[in-house]
Amino acid sequence: MAKPQDLHFFIDPNRCIGCQACVQACTECDTHRGESMIHLEFVDRAESVQTVPVVCMHCEQPTCAEVCPADAIKRTGDGVVQSARKPRCIACGNCVVACPFGVPELYEDRQIMMKCDMCYDRTSVGRKPMCATVCPSQALFYGTREQAEQLRPMSTPVNRFQFGRQTITTRVFTMMPSGLVSSRPYVDVTAAMAEQPRERAIRLEPLPADDPFAGVEV
Amino acid sequence: MATIPVDPLKIIERYGPHRSAMSGVRLSTTAEPDRLVRTHCCFCGQQCGVQLKVLDNQVIGFEPWEEFPFNRGMLCPKGVKRYLQGAHPDRLTTALERDPSAEHGFRQLAYDAAIARVAREIARVQEAHGAGAVAVLSGASLTTEKTYLMGKFARVCLRTPYIDYNGRLCMVSAGAANKKAFGIDRTTNPWSDMVGTDVVWVAGSNVAECSPITTNYLWQARELGAKIIVQDPRITPIARTCDLFLPVRPGRDAALFAGVLRLMIERGWIDQAFIEAHTVGFDQVAAYCDQWTLARTAETSGVPERSIVQAAEWWGTARTSFLFHARGIEHHSNGVQNVLGAINLVLASGRIGKPKSGYGTITGQANGQGGREHGQKCDQLPGWRDIANPEHRRHIAGIWDVDEASIPGPGVDAYELFRKIDRGEIKALLSICFNPKVSLPDSGFVTRALEKLEFYGAIDFFLNDTARHADIVLPGSLQEEDEGTVTQVEGRVIKINKAIDPPGDAKQDWRIIQDIARALDRPHGFTFDSPRAIFEELRRASKGGVADYSGITWEKVEAQMGVFWPCYSEDPQTGEPIDHPGTPRLFEPGSYNPVAKGAGPFYFPDGKARFNVADYRPAVDDADGEYPLFLTTGRVVSQFLSGTQTRRIGPLVKQYPEPRIELHPRLAERLGIASGDWTTVTTRRDSITLRALVVTTIRPDTIFIPYHWAGEKSANRLTVAAQDPISKIPQYKVCGCRVRKADSAPAYAAVLEPEQ
Repeated sequence: MAKPQDLHFFIDPNRCIGCQACVQACTECDTHRGESMIHLEFVDRAESVQTVPVVCMHCEQPTCAEVCPADAIKRTGDGVVQSARKPRCIACGNCVVACPFGVPELYEDRQIMMKCDMCYDRTSVGRKPMCATVCPSQALFYGTREQAEQLRPMSTPVNRFQFGRQTITTRVFTMMPSGLVSSRPYVDVTAAMAEQPRERAIRLEPLPADDPFAGVEV
Repeated sequence: MATIPVDPLKIIERYGPHRSAMSGVRLSTTAEPDRLVRTHCCFCGQQCGVQLKVLDNQVIGFEPWEEFPFNRGMLCPKGVKRYLQGAHPDRLTTALERDPSAEHGFRQLAYDAAIARVAREIARVQEAHGAGAVAVLSGASLTTEKTYLMGKFARVCLRTPYIDYNGRLCMVSAGAANKKAFGIDRTTNPWSDMVGTDVVWVAGSNVAECSPITTNYLWQARELGAKIIVQDPRITPIARTCDLFLPVRPGRDAALFAGVLRLMIERGWIDQAFIEAHTVGFDQVAAYCDQWTLARTAETSGVPERSIVQAAEWWGTARTSFLFHARGIEHHSNGVQNVLGAINLVLASGRIGKPKSGYGTITGQANGQGGREHGQKCDQLPGWRDIANPEHRRHIAGIWDVDEASIPGPGVDAYELFRKIDRGEIKALLSICFNPKVSLPDSGFVTRALEKLEFYGAIDFFLNDTARHADIVLPGSLQEEDEGTVTQVEGRVIKINKAIDPPGDAKQDWRIIQDIARALDRPHGFTFDSPRAIFEELRRASKGGVADYSGITWEKVEAQMGVFWPCYSEDPQTGEPIDHPGTPRLFEPGSYNPVAKGAGPFYFPDGKARFNVADYRPAVDDADGEYPLFLTTGRVVSQFLSGTQTRRIGPLVKQYPEPRIELHPRLAERLGIASGDWTTVTTRRDSITLRALVVTTIRPDTIFIPYHWAGEKSANRLTVAAQDPISKIPQYKVCGCRVRKADSAPAYAAVLEPEQ
């Protein structure tokens, strides 16, 4: 079994089929049974079946923790940003507003913020998080850098994101399609029915980074 | 007397469907299971490995089973929440007897009394009207042991030819076409062969929602360079990023395949050497395809010429490839022809029977494969044998220790069986694992037929929508309450392990069947003491048949994590006893099979595969002036079949609560319909009113409705009971319809929960 520090979380929205296996499995976790810490949304169901799964990105400098007036959000030595600690959290919701990825949620009934802790009970002992274990499309993938490179040659893992003037480096990677995203991404049926389709190819630009894995503090 | 005993709302009040929730020990963060039971999901044909957490005879959760090779821990939402079907408030824990004077329509009955009543009614009907006045409907979610027992029970105990199963709505077009083309009916390669191919063609399969685990194989193939071709009237999640989308007009698949093959022939993109050495019938197929010019194919299929050319080029020039299909091309009155059209593309390419090159049909139900092999089909005996073949009958009569002449001849398909009920020829029905009132087309007719039965006995763990008509309901078992084998999508025989005991008076289904046989005083052949004992007889019965399981033992299944049939106890070539590992890949060059006897890799005496002319015929009740739009039906990922189980699992209901009508914005605009509006769909059978979902991901001439719901929400009130002349599969995937904005919300909206 790989060492916990060699294992990384990769999100690939391109693979996501919106089945919600991750959401359903997340509610089975012993630390928050009955509640899912994953967000899975259609981007725009009227236009596409594209869905995007969002787990906590586990930032190097977590905005949620930085804005917490009660110092209730801790980051473990191995880079996992934990849910709010019960005695400290005052349920002010600062973190909910501040997180650029929209991850934390306030549970009014319990007066606490809860969010994904990357299944710390599993990942801290070298096992996969529940969502990445069950994900049938492996849009949520947990493995080594070498596995990611071998299994996903058509995309690049990125973990630096620009939000306005804030640049964020995360422990979780997003897979970005390399180069041109396919010459003919048919996102609507009528384009596919036409003899002269519209070209809708797009190009994505990663933020400059030497080695995304080097940025991960383990 | 099989009319609904009281107002259905009163039945629903007591028997559901109601939603289960995570509660009690299933919500506890500290409850530790007694044990983990390695078994498989109860739903689709993928049969993902899963470990069930058991505490005090209750399944309280799951743990992924990462060692099982097919899914390696992966599960869809149904697999994750499957455990919530157990310890359910709707669960039948006693037998029930129809009682119109009871508030909820039924009264509880002692199990033995219920068995005695079933036996008495069967005996009475048979005495008055003959053995064939009693019919059996069975299902492919049962273990192979149970399906074997059901076929034997109908023929040996009831002596009726009238048994059929719900695979009639699922696998029969693929099965019939495979039999005609290959002489064997099984996916040719393990799914792992898909990864590393040049091209994968997915014809009529919403993989992401109906067989989610296959998605990872597909995506992995794409990562390693495969081009993905998807043929579908809707952009499903796998079509969203495919390399070529073929937006076929519903019901035109055979035309599309013919047009593609014509191009391949014209441009020399075929494997002439393979065709000459290993097939027969190519010339007739080529002659037929000649009429399918590019322009005509595009005009008929609705796929633009450029895409037909592209598909032919990619498919024709690939070095390795995989083609698979599912109900999208099979659920048609032309279903067998559609499948034969797909197979012709495979045979013309010569890419079959090799690593990284294969063909397959995706099974729908848990035992969609095993359930169609061992004799619960109306024309079949165990081992994929033919009930009309004297030699096959003699073999099975020997195993069953009965006179060959006592085994009835072929019966009729499940829908024809209802027509016989309607005509008064069949007067009593026993059903298990089948909910025809929701799952058969033109369900208004099915309901009227049910009402004519003199006696209807149903075996189920919940009071399904059809069982509300029953005179007696016998409380059966959940998948996790019994053990046995099933054969999953790849042809891999796997083992279902028992996690818990059935509650109350509920019994394992094979015990119920044997209890009926005993009560009829016809116990001969129905004295098995375990599913293993049934499997041992099945092994012997299947020996020498095409679906030969004789070399499979439960131990081998456990040790190998599955065994691909055929698996021989004796070498078919030498007759010597062997420890055969099974056959993961069919038709490999030089392979020996007992039909060809070395003449070639395919299962015909000359060892050659058959090209069959795959004739395009327009759909019955096609879209026309009065009903100008195509209605097509299918599944959503969180529900399964008629919803008897999944409409009772709270978190799955929440995910997609009620059926919606998918339609394109161009159509919606013309009709003045917005997303969320109550919308009425009318066909020549009936009308239903549901909310609209306006999306660009469907052809503007087509609407889609998922079929998992019952009553006023049931898509199968609309569908047409046209059937394929060979396979008898119903034409679920197309019929003419018209659509309008509803005048008001339907009455059910105020009184029914989403799942009801």
